[in-house]
Amino acid sequence: MSFLPYGVAAWLFMIGLYGLASSENLIGMVICLAVLQSSTYVLLLAIGYRSHASAPIFADIPPGSRAVDPVVQALTLTDVVVEATVVALLLALAVQAHKRFGTLDPARLNPLRG
Amino acid sequence: MHALPPLVLAVPLLSAALLAALNAVLPRALTDAASVACALAVTAMCALLTLKTGGLTVYWFGGFHPRAGVAVGISFAVDSIGAGMATLSAFMVSAALVYSVRYFEEIGSLYGALMLVFLAAMVGFCLTGDLFNLFVFFELMSVAAYALTAYKIEEAGPLQGAINFAITNSVGSFAMLSGIALMYGRTGALNMAQVGAALSGHRVDGLVTVALLLIMGGLLVKAAIVPLHFWLADAHAVAPVPVCVLFSGVMVELALYGLARVYWTIFSGPMSAHAAGLRATLVVLGAATAIVGATMCLAQRHLKRLLAFSTISHTGTFLLGLGLLTPAGLAASARYVPEHALLKGALFMAAGILLHRFGTVDEHDLRGRGRERTGRRARRRRRTRGGHPNGRAHARDPGLRVAALVFAAGGLGLAALPPLGSFYGKATLEDALSHTVGYGWVAAIVVASSAMTAGAILRATGRIFVGWGPRLPRHLELLRVTSEVPETRRPHDRTPAVMFVPPLLLAGAGVFLGVFTHATDGIGAAAARLTDRAGYAAHVLSQALSRANGAPRAPHESVVALDYVLAATTVVGALAISALALMKRPAWLGLPRIERRATAAIVVLRRVHSGCVNDYVAWLVAGLAAIGGALALS
Repeated sequence: MSFLPYGVAAWLFMIGLYGLASSENLIGMVICLAVLQSSTYVLLLAIGYRSHASAPIFADIPPGSRAVDPVVQALTLTDVVVEATVVALLLALAVQAHKRFGTLDPARLNPLRG
Repeated sequence: MHALPPLVLAVPLLSAALLAALNAVLPRALTDAASVACALAVTAMCALLTLKTGGLTVYWFGGFHPRAGVAVGISFAVDSIGAGMATLSAFMVSAALVYSVRYFEEIGSLYGALMLVFLAAMVGFCLTGDLFNLFVFFELMSVAAYALTAYKIEEAGPLQGAINFAITNSVGSFAMLSGIALMYGRTGALNMAQVGAALSGHRVDGLVTVALLLIMGGLLVKAAIVPLHFWLADAHAVAPVPVCVLFSGVMVELALYGLARVYWTIFSGPMSAHAAGLRATLVVLGAATAIVGATMCLAQRHLKRLLAFSTISHTGTFLLGLGLLTPAGLAASARYVPEHALLKGALFMAAGILLHRFGTVDEHDLRGRGRERTGRRARRRRRTRGGHPNGRAHARDPGLRVAALVFAAGGLGLAALPPLGSFYGKATLEDALSHTVGYGWVAAIVVASSAMTAGAILRATGRIFVGWGPRLPRHLELLRVTSEVPETRRPHDRTPAVMFVPPLLLAGAGVFLGVFTHATDGIGAAAARLTDRAGYAAHVLSQALSRANGAPRAPHESVVALDYVLAATTVVGALAISALALMKRPAWLGLPRIERRATAAIVVLRRVHSGCVNDYVAWLVAGLAAIGGALALS
């Protein structure tokens, strides 16, 4: 079992956070959030991975043969749905923000300060 | 009884789907009535669950019972505290929906559907026994909350508030999901009882620490714990008032309930050797939140933001009780949360009445305008103006009286005037703190922060409803917040009854709730059961009803003379703070100089709350890193 996928997941998480903290464009921030979330896909799939195993569909392989964990795949699918919802909502807000303020820079939105 | 756990989730979800589908054909009155009826039905079912579930009611979806300690199915594990939180959520949603009937001039029935989805997510979060479902309900709750915050999407403020809210909380959710994935990788289980059983007896290692940090981080973002709290004030300042009632009253506190559930069913086994370090971390976080929230609360003039920072301060206080990691501390927080929720919900609704009547919630703009003009001069003026439309603005309005009453009762109730309001919650919390070796001093922080937040509310009460206080000094004019959004199209002359009856009921319930719950020891016993990891695991995994060590005993809770002294100090402190803020500053004691210095410090603190989501994410990362460092050191 390689540690590479875990390293990739951690890297995606960090780079997503860096992007969120430094981006000057709302669309860019939404993309960074998607990058951050894709770290959870990699992490989940890496946890369920078995080497030399087939997909967990037991229709055409004998029962008891080696298969990867189907649970994490279900979790990843749920996660994808969650991401679609959040990203769609945020993009809708970004479109409205551009209409309303004429800018996508989060620092130049009407300030809710203090 | 057995069918109740799935029903409390299915009823609001299906009703929401129906309301959304029939959006176009149904008249507004019918959809309003249907959503209120649905929320009330859920309230009744949750209340029944709370009262009937003696220890723990476990429901396996699809009948997939665990075999030999391995749970394949998905379960609801209903205990009294979870069901009680669900009841509180459903009750607050009902009150908010009634309040909304006349609050919005134009809402689609999608608003009712969104509120019901929000309710279903909160109820599911309270009852679930499955770690991944905890995340799913958490995320459903978040998405519904983002959409509700941005309900007035054409306005500037709600857009920015919702963006800040959505981005910071999404980061928290994904951290939580990563933590859950790590726990699954370690134990191969998602059922909380089974994960806890697999971990118990093992020593804590790097993986468990990182998983705890990630899960806790996600929940602490939602609970608005300093320095992860920035989104809350922005979201509250711009969200519609009925939505604020839910955010402040239950959503934020639910995150702390989730933390308690996850800690005691999963991490309390391996972390038991390191509990002292975790306790110190959580108490420091709670104390910092209580103080920062209270300071910012005093510095606000925008009423909704003032109440939002008061909520931040109070969640810090709840974290203090939870962070003691003792049944007594948990029981104290469990008492405190509903008392605070009812009072804070009523206060937000009263602020909504002011917004409805005058189109503003700025404390200084409202100075003296909340006065009910019933004196001789006002009567004469009314007579001379006769039927002139402007004259009606000063006609008798029971709404304003209710708002004044709610503000006064809310301020004094949150100051813990014995034996009303939050007195019993605060007193048992201080008692739990003083009985934990080394943490007695934290009670002083509880007293100081409650006095400051209650003082801010009483100051606003005096200024708005009596007209006390000088006009705004010029050097404070820079504290103006420009985030005000008119939620109703124009100021109104009268307050409809559906807007002033719910806050009156909530405030009344909040003032007297403690007296009733204090009479039972149910909360203490429920807290003891929640902290009993072995009992929970045995019950969920093997339906073992009788346990060798018997039912856990309720912690000893007492209200002693010291608690009355502390409560009196809080009330006097709150009155003194509000009086100091309202009176003409005398030149003695060097007060003006102290005030200038304090103002300078507060301006720095306010600059930190920059409204820019980049900064919030940076603070979030720094906060998580600091918490992780503290956990690693302990």
